[in-house]
Amino acid sequence: MHHVLLDRWSQGASPLHRIEARAKILTLLVFLMVLASTPPDAALVLVTDAVLLVAASLIARLPVLPILLRSLVVLPFSLTFALMSWLAGEPMRGLGLVEKSYLAAFGALLLAATTPMSSLLGGLAKLGAPRLLIFVAQFLYRYLFVISEQAQHMRLAAACRQGNAGARRAFGFRGAAGALAVLFARSYNRAEGIYRAMLARGFSGRFSILHHTRFGMRDAAFLVGVSLFLILARLG
Amino acid sequence: MDSSAPLVLVRDLHYRYEDGTIALDGVNFTLEQGETVALLGPNGSGKTTFVLQLNGVLCGTGTITVCGLELTKQTLPQIRSKVGMLFQDSDEQLFMPTVLEDVAFGLLNQGSSQEQAVEKAKSALEGAGIGQLWNRAPYHLSAGEKRLVALAGVLAMEPEILVFDEPTTFLDPPAERKLLQLLRSLPQAKLIVTHNVHLAQQLATRAVFFEKGKLVANGSVEEIARRFEWSYSDLPADLRYSAQRRF
Repeated sequence: MHHVLLDRWSQGASPLHRIEARAKILTLLVFLMVLASTPPDAALVLVTDAVLLVAASLIARLPVLPILLRSLVVLPFSLTFALMSWLAGEPMRGLGLVEKSYLAAFGALLLAATTPMSSLLGGLAKLGAPRLLIFVAQFLYRYLFVISEQAQHMRLAAACRQGNAGARRAFGFRGAAGALAVLFARSYNRAEGIYRAMLARGFSGRFSILHHTRFGMRDAAFLVGVSLFLILARLG
Repeated sequence: MDSSAPLVLVRDLHYRYEDGTIALDGVNFTLEQGETVALLGPNGSGKTTFVLQLNGVLCGTGTITVCGLELTKQTLPQIRSKVGMLFQDSDEQLFMPTVLEDVAFGLLNQGSSQEQAVEKAKSALEGAGIGQLWNRAPYHLSAGEKRLVALAGVLAMEPEILVFDEPTTFLDPPAERKLLQLLRSLPQAKLIVTHNVHLAQQLATRAVFFEKGKLVANGSVEEIARRFEWSYSDLPADLRYSAQRRF
């Protein structure tokens, strides 16, 4: 797995991609707060938010349909709670929950699709998010590629030795569990190797982050402009 | 530090892994200024464990002196600045989200300011011939590029001693050639852990041979390779051709 889709999207060069990460994170925060405070029956506000997100996707030159489809990932969770609200005699509240969670997922996905992970984490760090949390997220993202590649190699190696469907069945669940254990052990070894490499370059337990982007006028204008639009749409 | 004093002096070094395996058993070693020494020996003979002791990543018993400083908890930060280590698997060494941040990692740990770190990191990347990669994510790089970025991260810290653990592993011949040229141009004293006798011959002024945690021989690369049959020229003629194609 050399490229995940989201990672490829985030490498774009649209005006939205060029906005500094902090401006986009804060705008998303404003969007989520406005969304959370919107009553379930305020259809016009929700539609305005949806149109804004679609327009942003177009400005970012992202494929709208795949983003819309990927945003559905939150629905299993929100639908469960919506169903409970509906059974409790509050169908409107349930519907609002589904709409809001979908739009929130859309907004978060849009942020991730227009901001490379390094900038996103850098932006969060500059906004004061705990460094440890940032580094855990960073390591997770960085090694997701390496570990999934390793898993694919193992799967390929297993497939090469299966030969026929019968053998494949025999491999089945037990084989998969064994492979998972091996993958875990390898990941553990790799984590030790990474730690050694960090020590070798003077790591002493305190993470230092390089700040090499600037928050300019354009970023401030984006933050203020979009936030004002969202708030006025909500109030209006 | 006295200019004639050895850069690295190791005396009676022992190391045992947690499972009881003896990895180093009374190793004595000296690295003189300007020297490049190849560490040869079978897998599991203690070569990597040995080099990991030199900047305190692993800690055994015995004494280690680096650039006149005895390795202790107090001198560890200074020694880690003096010994730069290039690991066998670049994926373990490149853990930051972008190339620039990765190269700057060691500099920030050394106490460089943000501006100095960026400047030095960019200069190290230029020096390694990969200045254009500064904004890339490490997982988008080829094996050769990753190795050069890892090397830039080490060189940016301006170490006095360079340690390379199997530097040519996973590299294709052009990438191997490029790395070899770069390594040859570096003025620092070097320690190279390798199975690749050709690489050792190209770079090293001396070789030592490890076996079962002991340093059992010391001499020229040719002498060591011949004595321990550590060369493809010892293979039967029909096997030799395909083995030599690696180089």
